[in-house]
Amino acid sequence: MTETSRPGAATADHGHVEVDSVVLSAELVEGGSVASHDVAEYALWLGDDALVIAQQLGWWISRAPELEEDVALGNIGLDLLGHARSLLHYAGAESGRSEDDLAYWRDEPQFRSAHLFEQPNGDFAHTIARQFIAAHYLFELYTRLQASGDATLAAIAAKSVKEVDYHRDHAVQWILRLALGTDESRRRMVTGLSDLWPYVDELFVDEPLIDRLEGVAVRPSSLRQAFDEAIVPVLAEAELDVPRGFISSGGGRGGRHSENLGFILAEMQVLARAHPGASW
Amino acid sequence: MTVQSVARPRPVDEASRRAWDIAAQVVDPEIPVLTIEDLGVLRSVAVGEDGAVTVSLTPTYSGCPALEAMRDDVTSALHAAGYRSVAVELVLAPAWTTDWMSEDGKAKLREYGIAAPTGHSTVRPAGAVRLQLAVKCPRCSSLNTRELARFGSTSCKALYECRDCLEPFDYFKVL
Repeated sequence: MTETSRPGAATADHGHVEVDSVVLSAELVEGGSVASHDVAEYALWLGDDALVIAQQLGWWISRAPELEEDVALGNIGLDLLGHARSLLHYAGAESGRSEDDLAYWRDEPQFRSAHLFEQPNGDFAHTIARQFIAAHYLFELYTRLQASGDATLAAIAAKSVKEVDYHRDHAVQWILRLALGTDESRRRMVTGLSDLWPYVDELFVDEPLIDRLEGVAVRPSSLRQAFDEAIVPVLAEAELDVPRGFISSGGGRGGRHSENLGFILAEMQVLARAHPGASW
Repeated sequence: MTVQSVARPRPVDEASRRAWDIAAQVVDPEIPVLTIEDLGVLRSVAVGEDGAVTVSLTPTYSGCPALEAMRDDVTSALHAAGYRSVAVELVLAPAWTTDWMSEDGKAKLREYGIAAPTGHSTVRPAGAVRLQLAVKCPRCSSLNTRELARFGSTSCKALYECRDCLEPFDYFKVL
């Protein structure tokens, strides 16, 4: 089913892009059909996190250390892309934009993803470190978001948490294997973890939007303890120290990004922008 | 409510029931021995007074590309049966689980060479160790098997190996 009209699509000035998609039926998750402006913004934050990391994981297909990992990272990316599609579909309804309008026709300052998700793939250990942090954060987030007062967000969270649980397990297995493997694999795991660690704190910052969404959004700071309790034992088992050092200033929720995001978006958006109105 | 009535909510009224039975025969494009009814992804079928059919499907995994093929196949099957107006919607709640797979479906999976989900779906609490019951080889029924890769040929499967007959096989993961 494709959308044939977009009332109020003020920003959709790039022609009509038809995408093969199934329309999320809002009334069948028992929610209000359209998110309020604040809820839409919150859905955009979560959707952008998932979209940016999904796009990055796709790069690994054909490049991972073994064939099974091409498949694993591809599958994990596909799950996250599914979460992004549901979240962006919901976020866009308020302003009459489709998930594709949001994915392909916004520039860096309009993206709301946290900096962790735009960190480069690096070597395999960097990607595993990023997955380890991201999957544990998302697991704690979606576990609690299932109880959201917003029925659509609750439904997306209940669906996503089961998949993210597998992602968490995947990252833990690799953290242990790399950290307790050879000198070289351990060296890379230590480097990967310390390079990604500065981007952890931003995930747990309570922006003003969160105050306005009491009972709907999950307060990021409330996740920190559970996050730490889940990861510290894994790092201990892997004989890794919790990294210390500088903390990134963040800013992703306000649209302030590092240079990395521009390159990710350029690759993701080039086809849709080169052929506006194309359908596939 | 029984698992059966949650997993396969066949409508009560005659007209919708007839349309349900047609949609229910559509198979999963990746695992063609299973119908969408066996899987539990067919969530509702309703025929309105004007004869228009509304079908709702739920994805197994969020990013599963088979969903779009299922939607097209459901639409074609209903068109072929004479229904002119068919709309297919996606629903996310309640979230799909392998607990909804029919016993008949599990038997067909095994015959097809894919090990059926072992045990029930639960999201474990943070930090708990994932418990995996032994997975039975669909070829020789040995329980002496091991996981080669948790992510297999599709989102819903893991790759296993039988240590007795030495054959690799797919396992439909519990979700």
